[in-house]
Amino acid sequence: MTTALDLANPDTFPSRRDEDWKYSDVRRLLRTMPPASPVGVVHGGGPFFEHGGDALTFINGRAVGDDHFTAFGDHVVRLRFVSEASETGHTVTATVGARRNSKLIILESHEGAGSAYVAHNRLTIAAASGAEIVRIVLVDEPADALSITQASVTLGAGATFAQTVLTTGAKLQRFETRVKHPGEGTRVRIDGAYLVEESRHADMTTEVDHVGGNGETDQLTKGVVRDAGRGVFQGRIIVREGADGTDARMGHHALITSDRGEVDAKPELEIYADDVSCAHGNTVGALDESALFYMEQRGIPADEAKVLLTEAFLMEVVDRIGHEGARERVRAWLMERL
Amino acid sequence: MLSISNLSVSVSDKPILKGLSLDVPAGEVHAVMGPNGAGKSTLGYALAGRPNYEVTGGSATWRGEDLLDLEPAERAAKGLYLSFQYPVEIPGVPALTFVRAAINAQRKARGEAEMTAPEFLKAAKAAATALKMDFDMLKRPLNVGFSGGEKKRMEVLQMALLQPSMLILDETDSGLDIDALKVVADGVNALRSPERSMLVITHYQRLLDYIRPDRVHVLAGGRIVASGGPELALELEAEGYDKYLEVA
Ligand SMILES: Nc1ncnc2c1ncn2[C@@H]1O[C@H](COP(=O)(O)OP(=O)(O)OP(=O)(O)O)[C@@H](O)[C@H]1O
Ligand SMILES: [Mg+2]
Repeated sequence: MTTALDLANPDTFPSRRDEDWKYSDVRRLLRTMPPASPVGVVHGGGPFFEHGGDALTFINGRAVGDDHFTAFGDHVVRLRFVSEASETGHTVTATVGARRNSKLIILESHEGAGSAYVAHNRLTIAAASGAEIVRIVLVDEPADALSITQASVTLGAGATFAQTVLTTGAKLQRFETRVKHPGEGTRVRIDGAYLVEESRHADMTTEVDHVGGNGETDQLTKGVVRDAGRGVFQGRIIVREGADGTDARMGHHALITSDRGEVDAKPELEIYADDVSCAHGNTVGALDESALFYMEQRGIPADEAKVLLTEAFLMEVVDRIGHEGARERVRAWLMERL
Repeated sequence: MLSISNLSVSVSDKPILKGLSLDVPAGEVHAVMGPNGAGKSTLGYALAGRPNYEVTGGSATWRGEDLLDLEPAERAAKGLYLSFQYPVEIPGVPALTFVRAAINAQRKARGEAEMTAPEFLKAAKAAATALKMDFDMLKRPLNVGFSGGEKKRMEVLQMALLQPSMLILDETDSGLDIDALKVVADGVNALRSPERSMLVITHYQRLLDYIRPDRVHVLAGGRIVASGGPELALELEAEGYDKYLEVA
């Protein structure tokens, strides 16, 4: 697939023959253009309602008001992608930016209702130099939905971008983040956690492209797969020629708690510069049997022990969220789903 | 009373316990000694219900109730506590959170009211002080990065808070410095009562100077091959296990 995904053009639907999509075959599930989703009505304020700020809301592909937001100074924006559709498809195009030295917190939610919809969300995020963007994403969609979110992030010198995505997957769900990293003291943290059950599929794909030197990237993704769930992690960090002094760390760790679960991980570090400090770690394993027995011996029933260990495992990602209010909201969200 | 009769246990199809019989009446402390690999830890694991420790024969009852049919957590709620020879690290779960979850899970299983957070904190602080442990350590993930001796103290601290009635101490003395041994022994002795039974697995007479056993048993080749009073431990220390290995 060379052209960008476009729901109106089935020729652009990626299949597993596309290297970047080999674990998330869209074409297997979708061959023709889905009928357009109807106009919808938004209910409630979303999972981040209590955190206030401005709202940038989309329902079934249509913006409720503006389709873009730019922060000057300190801002919180609740970016809501609401799908309430059955067997129809919709595309959103949204833009969010932060001007020089401003600080923006994006509290993003993917709120799905209905069934078997196809959602394609395209998001452009731009942080000017010295700006700080925190992006926190909760994805909650029906088990039979197909959804693809593609965010493209550009950063100015000295900007900070910190992202944390939590998802429970869908029939096929892909969450893509591509960051152009200018170096120059710019810092990126790009984290995620997936908890997939039944026959859900969650794909976390990221690419951080260091085009300038002296930049920093810190990535931690953790996943738990139950039942016949499938987790996909594709993390690519590119350090271009001349991007010396880059400091990049990538970690992906997953637990599979059933015989039928599957995790496909493809961590990639492509380094074309000298004098860089790069490291990556990737582990996929089962819950620690001896820890489980130890907990049971102390009186904690097996099911509860598994939840405690799973929670502890995933919370490492949540603990890295700097914004306290959002962190506690995300923690509660995850606890409800364990 | 803990009553073990003719117990046989295999691990990965390998017979380890081969018809072991042992009674520990209520209120008594019995020591189990024996060479490396004799099956002492296997006995503790089998009584606690560790998966893959397959009971192939015999029985074990606690207060007249069959233990071997119960889930590990159910055995714990009935009062069984195993202090592990190698305590397990639980990443991401603070020690305090863990112990409180254990206490309340046991209480729930017994149909008792939960222990409130203030009640628990007070009890945990008192237990930490008694065991000369830094309370801040209990805020760290359980056993992660703890020294060998700290892990053993942590086992005794959990014991003090859970107040079990049937205690199995698997080499709780190993890895402890001389002062810690005394502190830990005091902690164990504080739990001695007419209702409780204790099985103390150890290689060293020294622990038994502090925790005086009513009976001493020698476990060799998967069976109890000799039993006697506290003097048996002294004799073993002097003479070793040679003569029992022939019997086994
Ligand atoms: N998974 C296993 N597969 C095969 N043999 C095992 C397994 N686990 C334990 N064993 C064997 O069972 C025997 C008894 O082990 P156990 O740990 O009970 O000994 P112990 O008496 O506690 O020894 P120590 O004094 O060294 O602690 C040993 O020979 C050990 O190698
Ligand atoms: Mg042992």
